[in-house]
Amino acid sequence: MPVNRDSAMTSESPRIQRLSGTMLPLPGNDIDTDRIIPARFLRAITFEGLERHVFEDDRASAHTGQPHPFDNPAYSGASILVVNRNFGCGSSREHAPQALRGWGIRAVVGESFSEIFFGNSVALGIPCVTVSAEDASGLMDLAESSPSTSVDVDLEGLALTAGDRVITLTMSRAAQGALLSGAWDATSLLRDDVEQVKATAARLPYVSGF
Amino acid sequence: MGKTLLQKVWDAHTVRVLPTGQTQLFIGLHLVHEVTSPQAFAELRARGWKVRFPERTFATVDHIVPTRDLERPFADQMAEAMLSALEANCREFGVPLYGLGDSHQGIVHVIGPELGLTQPGMTIACGDSHTSTHGAVGSVAFGIGTSQVRDLLASQCLALEPLKVRRINVEGTLRRGVYAKDVILEIIRQLGVKGGVGYAYEYAGSTVARMSMDERMTICNMSIEGGARVGYVNPDETTFAFIEGRPFAPAGDAFDRACQWWRSIASDPDAAFDDEVEIDASRLAPVITWGLNPGQSIHVDERIPGPDAYQSNERPMVSEALSFMGFTGGQAITGTKIDVAFLGSCTNSRLSDLREAARLVAGQKVAPHVKALVVPGSQGVRTAAEQEGLHDVFRQAGFEWRGAGCSLCLGMNPDKLTGREICASSSNRNFKGRMGSPTGRTLLMSPAMVAAAAIAGEVVDVRRVLDAALTA
Repeated sequence: MPVNRDSAMTSESPRIQRLSGTMLPLPGNDIDTDRIIPARFLRAITFEGLERHVFEDDRASAHTGQPHPFDNPAYSGASILVVNRNFGCGSSREHAPQALRGWGIRAVVGESFSEIFFGNSVALGIPCVTVSAEDASGLMDLAESSPSTSVDVDLEGLALTAGDRVITLTMSRAAQGALLSGAWDATSLLRDDVEQVKATAARLPYVSGF
Repeated sequence: MGKTLLQKVWDAHTVRVLPTGQTQLFIGLHLVHEVTSPQAFAELRARGWKVRFPERTFATVDHIVPTRDLERPFADQMAEAMLSALEANCREFGVPLYGLGDSHQGIVHVIGPELGLTQPGMTIACGDSHTSTHGAVGSVAFGIGTSQVRDLLASQCLALEPLKVRRINVEGTLRRGVYAKDVILEIIRQLGVKGGVGYAYEYAGSTVARMSMDERMTICNMSIEGGARVGYVNPDETTFAFIEGRPFAPAGDAFDRACQWWRSIASDPDAAFDDEVEIDASRLAPVITWGLNPGQSIHVDERIPGPDAYQSNERPMVSEALSFMGFTGGQAITGTKIDVAFLGSCTNSRLSDLREAARLVAGQKVAPHVKALVVPGSQGVRTAAEQEGLHDVFRQAGFEWRGAGCSLCLGMNPDKLTGREICASSSNRNFKGRMGSPTGRTLLMSPAMVAAAAIAGEVVDVRRVLDAALTA
């Protein structure tokens, strides 16, 4: 699937309120962005084609008979990634959420996220929502036993519905607000008050030359 | 109630609160490199925007630089395309570039402080997670992704959420053979690799107060490995003495006025912290990683833990790390044979790091089976080291003496591990595949420990080496 930057190229990004799809369970704590996209694939001047290399080294080293979740045909077409603790730690490379988005991931549900990964994802319109350890494990079990189950992520009500189960989600109000209002691509918002920016800068001793 | 440095700097740089609830924060210094910027410049071009504050934006090249053969075009066409793109972008958008061949080129987190661009009280951002390094001078500095690089180029601002502050008081005198690197590895070991999520780390206490700026940079650099996006030390006389006379530092009366302001932005004595932690530095031993994240570490004289030492939900990851590294629980880490010794990276490639390592290898020979390299953090560090003759000490011992860049730390340039090679490294990440080989292995440690391992050909306790040198 080609990486689609079109939505980010317009000044108004779309509102993201509700997402649904099947799940891709990826167990493990502290999965770093070097694992999501190894550094050698950052030798490029665009984000195109990164999805071909998502988790490449982990996938290559997966044991025969037990495919890596990204190679498990049961999860093909899944758009909701389910993870454990401190997902996306390490390098600030936005190539990690770009690669996941190129693969087709539209939301990440997990116990916790590294701050930079969280911010990079929101800036691409990919919500990272937090659930309890029990719920993360419950969702992974559900995805494994019934991979065709479609789940619904409601960002406004902060609830995930999977069949007859409803799970409470948490997310910072600011990130939630940015996604719901379509302000997750912040550039235009940040540019539209240049006089106020200049006034703030002028008050700083190091800008005015002490 | 007083305020922390973080609160003061945050307040001074707040432009407004956005409708989303995020703060629009003015950024005083934007550092740019070749890996995380080309897509951001491309978007500016597509939207017809200029860089709004080019005078607050500086670029260099570090990640993809071949540290041995600097001939252009590079053998790696993709690396060449990245550097060419950076050069063209900087020209088109009016951003100063410390490019290849410039006497100030180097790792972005080494040259910022070296040039005096990095100053107390500033907000600093860069598309690199180790931007926390710059907090050593008392700035609020953090890593960002490429969309935020675009935001910053286009507006000189970022949309951010406030951070809590955890003060980490480090007390006591470090024993011989124990360094700043050991202090930060110990902090990460005790607080965990996600312990700092949501926090800025303020490093304080008598140990930090006595540290040089190089040492403070080593500590702040690895804040992100502990989950904290920001780490800082309150500015003091050591900071001011470091900054004075650097190319971008204020001079004359302006410097005195600057010192006054810099003193005023330090955390107040009665500031309230969201959390406080004490670290006893007097009991610390050299720390070394055995696993696949910087928190999986032990004191060099301890045994590698087995899965049973961990809670049940951690055991699968611990077993995976042990198996990947080829270790067994209960085994000693000393005596582990190494293939490569790497002195470099934004954590430990400054002059004082090289001096200490040189002291350990002077008159010795690198073990025959070890490939050893020194990669100074900047051309400035390289030149200063050469003026002291350190390059000769390293070369005579059998080290390769390289040009400035990120080198082996991240496997984006010709310096890479091969196969399952094991590397004693002064860098910051031991992630799977980090050094360019999917099966390569990294042991993080201080530069002195790397130097000692290079000579011995295996992991040794640098305190024993230093003891032996004293009694010899």
